[in-house]
Amino acid sequence: MLSEQAVNEINREIDKYPPEHKQAALMATLSIAQRELGHLSTQVMDWIAAFLGVPPIRVREVATFYSMYDLHPVGQHKICVCSNISCMLRGSDEVIQHLEERLGVKIGDTTPSGGITLKEVECLGACAGAPMMQVGDAYHEHLTPERIDAILDELENSDA
Amino acid sequence: MPTIEIDGRKLEVEAGKMVIQAADEAGIYIPRFCYHPKLSVAANCRMCMVEIEKAPKPMPACATPITDGMKVYTSSPLAVEAQKGTMEFLLINHPLDCPVCDQGGECPLQDQAVGYGKDVSRFTENKRVVKDKDIGPLIATEMTRCIHCTRCVRFGQEIAGVMELGATGRGEHMEIGTYVGRTVDSELSGNMIDLCPVGALTNKPYRFTARSWELVAGSGVSPHDCVGTNLEMHSLRNVVKRVLPVENDAINECWLSDRDRFSYQSFNSADRLLVPKIHESGNWMETDWETALRYTVQGVRAVLSHHGAQQLGALVTPTATLEEFFLAQKLMRSLGCHNIDHRLRQSDFSDDDIAPLFPTLGSPIEHLEHAKAVLLVGANIRKDQPLLGLRVRKASLRGARVMAINSLDYSFHFDLAGKVIAPPEEIPYALARVVAAMGDSADAPGGLRAWASSEPTQSEREIAELLQQAGKDAHIVLGLSAIAHPQFSVLRGLAQALQTRTGARLGVLAEANSVGGWLAGCVPHRGPVGQDVGEGGLHALDMLREPRKAFLLMGLEPQLDCLESRVAADAVDAAEFVVRMTAFDIEDGVPGDVLLPVTPFSETSGTYVNCEGRAQSTTGVVPPQGEARPLWKVLRVIGNLLDQPDFEYVSSEEVRRELVWDADAYQPHDMPRMLSEPETPANGKGIDVERVLDVPLYKVDPYVRRAPALQATRDNPAPAAYMNSEQAGKLAVENGDRIHAHMGESSVELDLIIDERVPTDSVYIPSGYHETAPLGGVGMVRIVKVS
Ligand code: SF4
Ligand code: FES
Ligand code: FES
Repeated sequence: MLSEQAVNEINREIDKYPPEHKQAALMATLSIAQRELGHLSTQVMDWIAAFLGVPPIRVREVATFYSMYDLHPVGQHKICVCSNISCMLRGSDEVIQHLEERLGVKIGDTTPSGGITLKEVECLGACAGAPMMQVGDAYHEHLTPERIDAILDELENSDA
Repeated sequence: MPTIEIDGRKLEVEAGKMVIQAADEAGIYIPRFCYHPKLSVAANCRMCMVEIEKAPKPMPACATPITDGMKVYTSSPLAVEAQKGTMEFLLINHPLDCPVCDQGGECPLQDQAVGYGKDVSRFTENKRVVKDKDIGPLIATEMTRCIHCTRCVRFGQEIAGVMELGATGRGEHMEIGTYVGRTVDSELSGNMIDLCPVGALTNKPYRFTARSWELVAGSGVSPHDCVGTNLEMHSLRNVVKRVLPVENDAINECWLSDRDRFSYQSFNSADRLLVPKIHESGNWMETDWETALRYTVQGVRAVLSHHGAQQLGALVTPTATLEEFFLAQKLMRSLGCHNIDHRLRQSDFSDDDIAPLFPTLGSPIEHLEHAKAVLLVGANIRKDQPLLGLRVRKASLRGARVMAINSLDYSFHFDLAGKVIAPPEEIPYALARVVAAMGDSADAPGGLRAWASSEPTQSEREIAELLQQAGKDAHIVLGLSAIAHPQFSVLRGLAQALQTRTGARLGVLAEANSVGGWLAGCVPHRGPVGQDVGEGGLHALDMLREPRKAFLLMGLEPQLDCLESRVAADAVDAAEFVVRMTAFDIEDGVPGDVLLPVTPFSETSGTYVNCEGRAQSTTGVVPPQGEARPLWKVLRVIGNLLDQPDFEYVSSEEVRRELVWDADAYQPHDMPRMLSEPETPANGKGIDVERVLDVPLYKVDPYVRRAPALQATRDNPAPAAYMNSEQAGKLAVENGDRIHAHMGESSVELDLIIDERVPTDSVYIPSGYHETAPLGGVGMVRIVKVS
């Protein structure tokens, strides 16, 4: 299911914990699998459950709890908009509205070209810079419609 | 012991307890949803907020350990404000559908909303809606009602040992459900219905058939296994609607197995027999009791005068009550015949004369969870006695080493520290090698090692070692497959040898109320409480093998309830006169002469004796339906009509009073006899495979077979032939093939299913099914692919 390299990496994670706590490596394992396959399918989650000896539903609990895991295929870029309390008070509704209008997709969807997936997530710990969003690995704070346009322009140009 | 104060009351509380436990013990009420004394503390509902002196904010009582000198206020303004606040949040998303909710009237959320809720909601936004899930035939879901207390999740994970439900998503999006489309299949799943504090998980078969406040409760005891689970049966206008557990920490704690919870469906099944019937020219004709009883008595008298008393045979279902067993044997014995038995699924009776007074667990049920090692022999304790299985699981979680010697690699909810999985024929030898690994002995001619004909294997040695380490804290358990084994006496003898060597406890877990059967003298070789009866009579299997001219069948369906199903069917077929006392009707064409409608356990008073020797009497919760009458009354009347003395009982209590025994006297088993020469292997080995036979848990008796909800679960395997892939390869058959299974003269056509739990050289064909009944019982099977 996963490449040898990924399996080795998972085994390294498992080794960090006492053998009876193999399941502690679950989050790292999910990340490794997602990095390799793009998203976490039911099959790969089943595989992980068997590999770590935990019930399949447990894997699903963790994978659905954290917004960094994707259970469906995502585009080349992933935009995660925080809509938690600080960001909400500072205008995340408008941020989302602007993103949806500009990209022409709803939260949770991917642009038809497969370029950008828009996701709504919980607090990313950058409340001081609210409203904020994460693009790939980068945080963008103090968002305004203009800043968002600039970020998207840059994204689209980088693809072109 | 630390002293604390709750609401001004000084209490001495054991260190390490939580505030809520201290309050519960003192009878001080604290509201709660997620806390449950048998589950881990999750502290996620926040309903149990209390004020604690010096704490800056309200604290959850279920997750706050007591400390010396602590002062707790459960209903101070601060506590009540917090409780009311929590309630308001809980009700934000909870639908207002109490009028159509089964939980209404017995709902902790409803009750506590009365105490802590507001009459008008301040929440004006939309409530969330959660799509329903189909999680199987036993539990109905209405997930919008869920308050995410996770009791159901923790029950699966911690108690039942299979995590089937989980909480996916987060915050507003959190949902309780199974893994993509899977069902909840635990044999204990119904307990989640009791645990759920709202109407999210409700009883599917019972759904919408009554309101809780209309129901009348009566107590009962489950007859499906040897645990003696305490029940409460709830009825509406004399119809049993549902069954709930009654807490009894010594027996079932607060749990109920699904089998005990849903078998009540059979009381109301369409084929309940409600009038006596007589067989005339191929058809069953309805009649009245007088005619039916006269006909019965005439028939019995005719057989007595033409063939003598020895040509009678009586078989009684092991689910009968102590009183019924007693009267059945009394009737037979006063007619001069000892051919009476309830051990329908046993095939080796050769140690009857040295058997103890009754088969027992060998200790109180509670002790099982403190065992340091458990050896299961021919026992699927998880499914056959689900609540004893729980105790073994608890022992295992406490560090006990559980081991198994079985003919099917059952999936247990505890880890096995050692196992031997072998065809039935091999089991005695494996057990002998475990004994031999502790040092050879003269239990067998030429020594045990020689008898077992090979050296102990690694795993057998390990089992021996673990048992020796645990010594008197080990528990050896012989289960239903051991009792059905053709060499049961050898298994018991070897288990006794293990017991002598280690000091372990030895338990034999017989079916249903078999303990009651033994005590009441419903065995051919002993009278009530072990009374000597001289010569004795024929046991269940011999009565069928050497068919009697007349049979009295009480509560059983011979092809499904007798181990040698084919022999049983043939014997009944050939008999001159057959009286069937049964709660369920019989199809036309099925042999028999008289059908006497008797009542199921909900309509009968009587006593059940569990595997500890604990007798529990019940009174019956609803009056008999139709013309049906309790079996004990029917037997009494037949006794009278046959002019037998001392059949004047007016109540089952009066019958019960004739039986007195010392329940605490766990009689040790007698020492085993020398084992005889090993049996020569049945011929044809190599081509033929040995049948592994067990009765799936929802096929064990006529009640559960008539509970549609249980029949729809995944615990009943299809009636098929199961084989591992290696064996299938040898016989050149594949998964899904149609095959003929031949045993002696008989054969049936079945699907072949690959199942790696089955050891090589054997085939698993479950019994208790009409499809497999024509095959017979234990022995060698020849598998031939249908061309
Ligand atoms: S379904 Fe019931 S028991 Fe399970 S989490 Fe929801 S409210 Fe609690
Ligand atoms: S609320 Fe948005 S980052 Fe914390
Ligand atoms: S009962 Fe204490 S938080 Fe739920």
